[in-house]
Amino acid sequence: MNNDYQMPFLKHNWWKLLTGLLLLYAVIGGFGIAVSFEGMEVAAESMRNLFYHVGMWFGMLAMLITGFVYSLRYLKKFDEVEDIKAVEAVNVGLMFGFLGIFTGMIWANFTWGTPWVKDPKLNGAAVGLLIYLAYAILRGSIDEPHKRAKVAAIYNIFAFFLWIVLVIILPRLAGESIHPAGGNSSNTIMPMHLPPSMRFVFYPAMLGWVLLGFWIYKIRVRIRKIKLTIDNN
Amino acid sequence: MLGKEIKILIGKEIQLELKQKYVLNGILLYLVSTIFVTYLAFDRIIDADTWNSLFWIILLFVAVNGISKSFVQESPARHLYYYTITSPQAILLSKVIYNLLLMTILSVLSFVFFLLLMGDMVVNIPLFLITLILGSLGLASILTMVAAIASRASNNFSLIAILSFPIVLPLLGTLMKVSKNALSASQWSGNYGFIVILLTINITVIVLAYLLFPYLWRD
Repeated sequence: MNNDYQMPFLKHNWWKLLTGLLLLYAVIGGFGIAVSFEGMEVAAESMRNLFYHVGMWFGMLAMLITGFVYSLRYLKKFDEVEDIKAVEAVNVGLMFGFLGIFTGMIWANFTWGTPWVKDPKLNGAAVGLLIYLAYAILRGSIDEPHKRAKVAAIYNIFAFFLWIVLVIILPRLAGESIHPAGGNSSNTIMPMHLPPSMRFVFYPAMLGWVLLGFWIYKIRVRIRKIKLTIDNN
Repeated sequence: MLGKEIKILIGKEIQLELKQKYVLNGILLYLVSTIFVTYLAFDRIIDADTWNSLFWIILLFVAVNGISKSFVQESPARHLYYYTITSPQAILLSKVIYNLLLMTILSVLSFVFFLLLMGDMVVNIPLFLITLILGSLGLASILTMVAAIASRASNNFSLIAILSFPIVLPLLGTLMKVSKNALSASQWSGNYGFIVILLTINITVIVLAYLLFPYLWRD
């Protein structure tokens, strides 16, 4: 009897269990292992933030790409549910963006002595927030649901492309970046350069954060769908 | 067919502008007074960096002012009429080309006033002029699309600013970089990469606008 109930739960929700385990692992592992990285002595023990701060960026990117895809689908089908998915993906992406900036500011304050530096990667993230806050304002200024969905989808597609262009070319314009990740600056750290013990925590942590994003997103979409059904009846 | 439609529509835009001369004169006066206020606000512009930043920020505001009217100066009824007789692509391209003409005039005028009031700091004038043309095209195409989006919502003007400023940044950043080079040295090498970036941004924006505008136009 009990098994009949549990089986479908695990069949559809195994990834939620996985998210919980991965993040638990990321917290225990992240604070448990020894962190050291050559060239990053300035970060010292704050290097542990790598497992949390970088995850926010991946979560944001995954959510904004999801939002972009659902905006495209809305323009193809004109189905209100696609619009709900797009806007909720953007909302969760914004949440990750803010968390990424806050965790980054704490980290920057510790390592660079100031919460904000004029750096292409920081500015790219900040401009992303500006774009999607403007998206929220745009939605707020249109009353009619279908018109709102359509205009917002068009802006989302247009802005997403230009944001990606910005993230790609900003480091080229600035030349050097103090922020060690991706890109082509001399202090670049790619995940494969990390010591193995850190990699063992890093990759599962990143997957965990992205999955957590989808979990929050799914719950928010479900709430919106229920609201939509109530409103329509 | 498309070319002929665009030609007629651009003619219509020019006639409309000449009929309501106060709009164009208003933008010109806006440009002159903004530059004059900036001129008075600074004792003396001494370095090329400040000159450069001020120039492009002022040009951005002038562009937003000049292009924001694109989709609101005519009545919705007339838009419906255009909808029945011509394709959305023709409407969009005619507006972009018309705004490009407008922006070219405005940017050259800004340049002349800057030379007059802020001092002549441009070393490589041909490179600077290329930047002006590419910048005019980029600003015209991005802002035309954003103006079309904002025209569907209320609170048009401030909406255009908040929607366009963040997405205009890749263009504006590259423009500032190239024009800074034109201000500091006469050589061309090292700028081709940025000119290619500018062209790529312009093409991306125009292609996106061309694909997306029909959805916006069909209300």
